[in-house]
Amino acid sequence: MPPWFERHRLLIDFAVASLLRRKTRNGGLLAVYTLIVFVLGSIMLFGEAIRREAAAVLSGAPEVTAQAMRMGRHDFSTRADIQKLGRLLGITHIEGRLWGYHYDTASAANYTLQVPPAEDSAHALAPGETIVGEGVARLRKLTPGGYLFLVSAEGKLLKLKVKEMLPSASALVSSDLVLVSEPDFRSFCGLDPDVFTDIGMRVSNPQEVSKAAEKAALRLPGFRFVTRADMLRTYEALFSWREGLLLAVFAGALLAFVILAWDKASGLSAEERREIGILKGIGWDTGDVIAMKMWEGGLISVTAFLAGAVLAYGHVFLFSASLLEPVLKGWSTLYPRFPLTPSVDALELSTLAFFSIVPYMAAILVPVWRAASADPDAAMR
Amino acid sequence: MIFHPPILALTLVSLLSAAAAVWASIFAVELLRRWDLSSGAESQVLLERRTYLVSAVMALVMTAELASLVLFVFNADRMAVMFVGAMCAVGTLNASVYGLPALLAKLAVFFAASLWLAVNYADSQGRDYPLIRVKYRLLLAVAPLVVLAAGLQLAYFLDLKADTITSCCSKLFAPGKPGLSGELTGLGERTALVLLFTGLGCLLAAGAAALRWPRSAALYGAGSAAFFVIAIAAVISAISLYVYEHPNHHCPFCLLKREYGYFGFALYTPLFAGTALGLPAGFLGLLRQPPSLGAVMPALLRRLTLGSMACFSVFGAFAAWAIWASKLILFA
Repeated sequence: MPPWFERHRLLIDFAVASLLRRKTRNGGLLAVYTLIVFVLGSIMLFGEAIRREAAAVLSGAPEVTAQAMRMGRHDFSTRADIQKLGRLLGITHIEGRLWGYHYDTASAANYTLQVPPAEDSAHALAPGETIVGEGVARLRKLTPGGYLFLVSAEGKLLKLKVKEMLPSASALVSSDLVLVSEPDFRSFCGLDPDVFTDIGMRVSNPQEVSKAAEKAALRLPGFRFVTRADMLRTYEALFSWREGLLLAVFAGALLAFVILAWDKASGLSAEERREIGILKGIGWDTGDVIAMKMWEGGLISVTAFLAGAVLAYGHVFLFSASLLEPVLKGWSTLYPRFPLTPSVDALELSTLAFFSIVPYMAAILVPVWRAASADPDAAMR
Repeated sequence: MIFHPPILALTLVSLLSAAAAVWASIFAVELLRRWDLSSGAESQVLLERRTYLVSAVMALVMTAELASLVLFVFNADRMAVMFVGAMCAVGTLNASVYGLPALLAKLAVFFAASLWLAVNYADSQGRDYPLIRVKYRLLLAVAPLVVLAAGLQLAYFLDLKADTITSCCSKLFAPGKPGLSGELTGLGERTALVLLFTGLGCLLAAGAAALRWPRSAALYGAGSAAFFVIAIAAVISAISLYVYEHPNHHCPFCLLKREYGYFGFALYTPLFAGTALGLPAGFLGLLRQPPSLGAVMPALLRRLTLGSMACFSVFGAFAAWAIWASKLILFA
């Protein structure tokens, strides 16, 4: 075994024994440190998980969505617009989409009404039938075979038989969803037969998406074209920003902890001072004492990091990050209840390690050096 | 974009490092002016004591800098989704004029840090501070690099805007494109591979010579630096083509992606480690051997050289494996 390896093994051995001799003092520090890592880790794991969910949700969206605009506001698209697009090279499918929001006074919640796409045979509906999301079913106590009654703004009643419920795995996107047939949607919302909410376009080659959108924009100059990549980029930026902002807020707590660590490392007990004096008296040099003390700090740091990270994992993926949910996710009456898909990302973990280990090690350096460079006779006296 | 968590972490570390480097440089100037080991004056005793603190601080800074290079590249790759036109780290780095200079500065800090850590280790092996002046002169050279890297990185992060339209790697690493990237790409596959494997053979021969005659370690150190440049050029112009199985995809960063089995990590880790061990072997070989390191220095040089040779061999083996396992045939 190389001598430097042996030296550090023995130093670690000594550091562990030294830490265990002062259980209460080090235990308190470890608990506070773990709490800090837990909070920072929860924020980061939750941010990453929710970005992943958003990406998974968007994977089913059309590559390009075209929205008619009038006076800068969203307007209806028409069958004529779809015909104007005609056949474009690279675009495999164009379809007018029907969807909208409905405020339900009975449950004081907003539902998303949607007509399932024609090619989605699994969710095909006959007039009078509906498929509802997990949140709607929960709020209105619905089961398959039951009836959902909706009242439009004009007082028109729509009676729908619940055909089935959407699986809760897709709850993030479908919690507030009410799928209805096209005739029901048009009559309930009072829509003309040739208008659509917007137009969805499928592009088979992902590298041609922006070109396809560009070509389509030439045929429909008054329209706004949003690509799936644009939406993904917006989600990524939004959740990263929220996560970073929350981390910056907690930087105050981190700073307070760094000051605590500095203070703890500075305030050596008489017993510790004597111990260092004896070590130097029997031949340890300043470098050895610094190395041993840095190992003590390193062991506390790594233990707190691992414990904090494991607790944060449990908090986020087993308890759905109940302490952070409203801040990062947003809120509404019908907010979906969905378990986050457990995942640990190397980038997030390394970032967490940078945030938690580096400031602590930096904070204890000067006090450790001060203690280690004291004269042995002065320290023992 | 400054609120992106890895950016916050990288900024925190680089600012701490820069502050520590400035403080250590001020101490280095004082030490170089007043160091006199034969003196028993209080100022000398204080200097000796403070060298332990500076060594510990700089060891922490340099270790953090080594790790931050990996986080920087990894983060650049992950942020590609946020910029129109970006498909890997190249797009993110291209999104600001400071991106590539920041990466190059961090690379320079990486190798300078590994050199300083090795000299610091050698110095700590002697009881009479045998390399103290060399170590602090080196620190005065490394500290501006640390500050420059921190400044460029901060400028880069502050300059990143979400609405920037950037170019992907196929634009930057294209033969005929003006600039260093175009030159590296246009080297030609045959030339690059001949240079790579001949260079590796010569370097291993130089390493064997350095093991036999420690005075020739300097040659090995210089060879390591030269081989690093040759290896990067070969990765860009030839090896990447074999990994992607595509005759025109030259990007050195896409290799780090999951789609290619993170092959870049297998390729770059031994290459960077080999250079980081080879450079100090050469540097320490150049120095006059202090008597107090009589037995330690040859053993250290040997360990550094052997470690470096092993890493370069692993790199060569991975490069050869990439060519052998690929379905792309460049030479009929």
